[in-house]
Amino acid sequence: MFDFIPEIPVADWVDDLTEWIVETFAFIFDPLKNEFGDFIEWIADLLGAIPPIIIMVLVVVGAFFITGKKFGLAAFSLVGLIFIENQGLWTELMSTFTLVLMASLLSVIVGVPVGILMSKSKVAEAIILPILDFMQTMPAFVYLIPAVAFFSIGMVPGIFASLIFATPPTVRFTNLGIRQVSTELKEAAEAFGSTGAQKLFKLELPMAKGTIMAGINQTVMLALSMVVIASMIGAPGLGNPVVSALQRAQAGAGFVAGISIVILAIIMDRYTQSIYKKK
Amino acid sequence: MPVIEVKGLSKVFGKNVKDSLKLLDEGKKKEEILQATGDTVGVNRASFEVNQGEVFVIMGLSGSGKSTLIRLINRLIEPTEGSVMVDGEDLAQMDKENLRRVRREKLSMVFQNFGLFPFRTILENAEYGLEVQGIPKEERAEKAKSALEMVGLGSYVDQYPNQLSGGMQQRVGLARALANDPEILLMDEAFSALDPLIRKDMQDELLELQDSMHKTIIFITHDLDEALRIGDRIALMKDGSIVQIGTPEDILTNPANEYVERFVEDVDRSKVLTAAHIMHRPETVNIDKHGPRVALERMREEGLSSIYVVDGHRNLKGYVTADDASDARKKEIKDLNEILRTDVPKVPLDKPMQEIIEIIYDTPVPIAVVDGEKLKGIIIRGSFLAALAGEGEVKSNV
Repeated sequence: MFDFIPEIPVADWVDDLTEWIVETFAFIFDPLKNEFGDFIEWIADLLGAIPPIIIMVLVVVGAFFITGKKFGLAAFSLVGLIFIENQGLWTELMSTFTLVLMASLLSVIVGVPVGILMSKSKVAEAIILPILDFMQTMPAFVYLIPAVAFFSIGMVPGIFASLIFATPPTVRFTNLGIRQVSTELKEAAEAFGSTGAQKLFKLELPMAKGTIMAGINQTVMLALSMVVIASMIGAPGLGNPVVSALQRAQAGAGFVAGISIVILAIIMDRYTQSIYKKK
Repeated sequence: MPVIEVKGLSKVFGKNVKDSLKLLDEGKKKEEILQATGDTVGVNRASFEVNQGEVFVIMGLSGSGKSTLIRLINRLIEPTEGSVMVDGEDLAQMDKENLRRVRREKLSMVFQNFGLFPFRTILENAEYGLEVQGIPKEERAEKAKSALEMVGLGSYVDQYPNQLSGGMQQRVGLARALANDPEILLMDEAFSALDPLIRKDMQDELLELQDSMHKTIIFITHDLDEALRIGDRIALMKDGSIVQIGTPEDILTNPANEYVERFVEDVDRSKVLTAAHIMHRPETVNIDKHGPRVALERMREEGLSSIYVVDGHRNLKGYVTADDASDARKKEIKDLNEILRTDVPKVPLDKPMQEIIEIIYDTPVPIAVVDGEKLKGIIIRGSFLAALAGEGEVKSNV
């Protein structure tokens, strides 16, 4: 069908575009790849160098206080972290944690301002919304290819791919949170002579804080879900044992690594949730 | 002297603003324009002046454009046409920076649902207007506290809005508006969200505050009773246009058209009309010149059973009854002082009818309406009931 239309070489175009981007923006990618990569590895090494017991104590005590002095999460964290340590996955846990933390931080740094821009301009919203849809629906594996082209392999392309996959919720929730601020409150801010920035920082962001934090929580969870995929391009962490278990059909090893990811996910989820649930 | 002069202020919502304005010029109605251009006329050529220290009430039913009008004044909504002069500056033409300055220094607004920031304490809310001006923390806390004390919330500074009742929250809204000491207060249905008893308290309090502040207040309401209670002048709006501007008495006694008439039909007149509106010219005798004989003669002429007694300056002395005067004549008493009764039911000129009701049923003689000591008029039961029913002519005898 439609033989009269020659096959459109989209794939070739994208290849060319990728190549062009790599060559043209090497001056950006190279320092990111090297300096930023070193920085992240340094953090992962630093976390790895801290005796596990200290981190465990910090996490458990923190869990106790952020949940309003309840023992549930603290107990779960203690058991969970001991389990991971016991399975010899502590270094991987620290790498994964570093990757998720960095990807989430960058997502927030990028996502919140973009969300604010969207909430302030209908045009921006109309342009950004489909891009967000694209970012979330495009299979995550597809990001890996240009990510490798830009940053070769390792932690940095993993963070890059996570960033693309995990940023949309923060953008969407920031936009939503600001748009939900009631008209009357916005009018009140304006009627007393606030500048745009004053309105944003003294009214809209404080009002939207809970919603934005819910978005950030989603972002953290999505970044975590990229761990296994990121390990396919050489990002160290808990994803690695999963991938190698898959290749060697070792159900047991895969399960242990998977459970470790779940434990980390639950701890991070409860931690971020407690921030926006606190009044 | 007018503080605010609004001239030809219009707002058309929609895409064919020019066409719609042309149709307005041709005198087309709101619905006709909606059909022709798809635009909604919010406010149609509103013009009025508000004087220094005046409470100017804009009232109308929902959809009449009153809330749009108040927002055109401080430009929360951009006017389509017209001017808003405040102290000789046209807000409608102003650049953003000047507009901010005017909003900060001259115009404050109080909102229907209070518009308080829930994450800020009462003090921080009251401080807001000062905070955005960059006033140092201590100074603004001091001003905000004194504003809060003015509205009776001095001890609630550290609470949050949701810990206060509606009435108290609106006091905070009022304190926030007063904290930066503006010339003009814009109050958008400020008391409409409160229950009736609290609303009345707030109205009283506003009037009390106004006695000492002398702000220029533009007050929006859909409640005619409220408008009549607090307004020095009232503008009635319908379909975006102002249909009548006048004092409460003007509006009640001379409705400009059928719409206004129907509006005021249901008003509880006893709350609005005062002794001065319903009193009649009294028959009197002069205590220095006349004796019981003259008094009796006057009463007979007018068919009265009692008559008020005044002195040469019309100061009220008391009254005499026909029975006493007749006895006195038989006993040949010449001096009215001997039969004078002084248990006079007296009310001042501005006493509302509502409060006269209690008196009028307990008294055998007409009620004396006095201005200080001077007798200005009398109220008899028949004319009182007629006024209450809104029948007959309600005239001002002042």
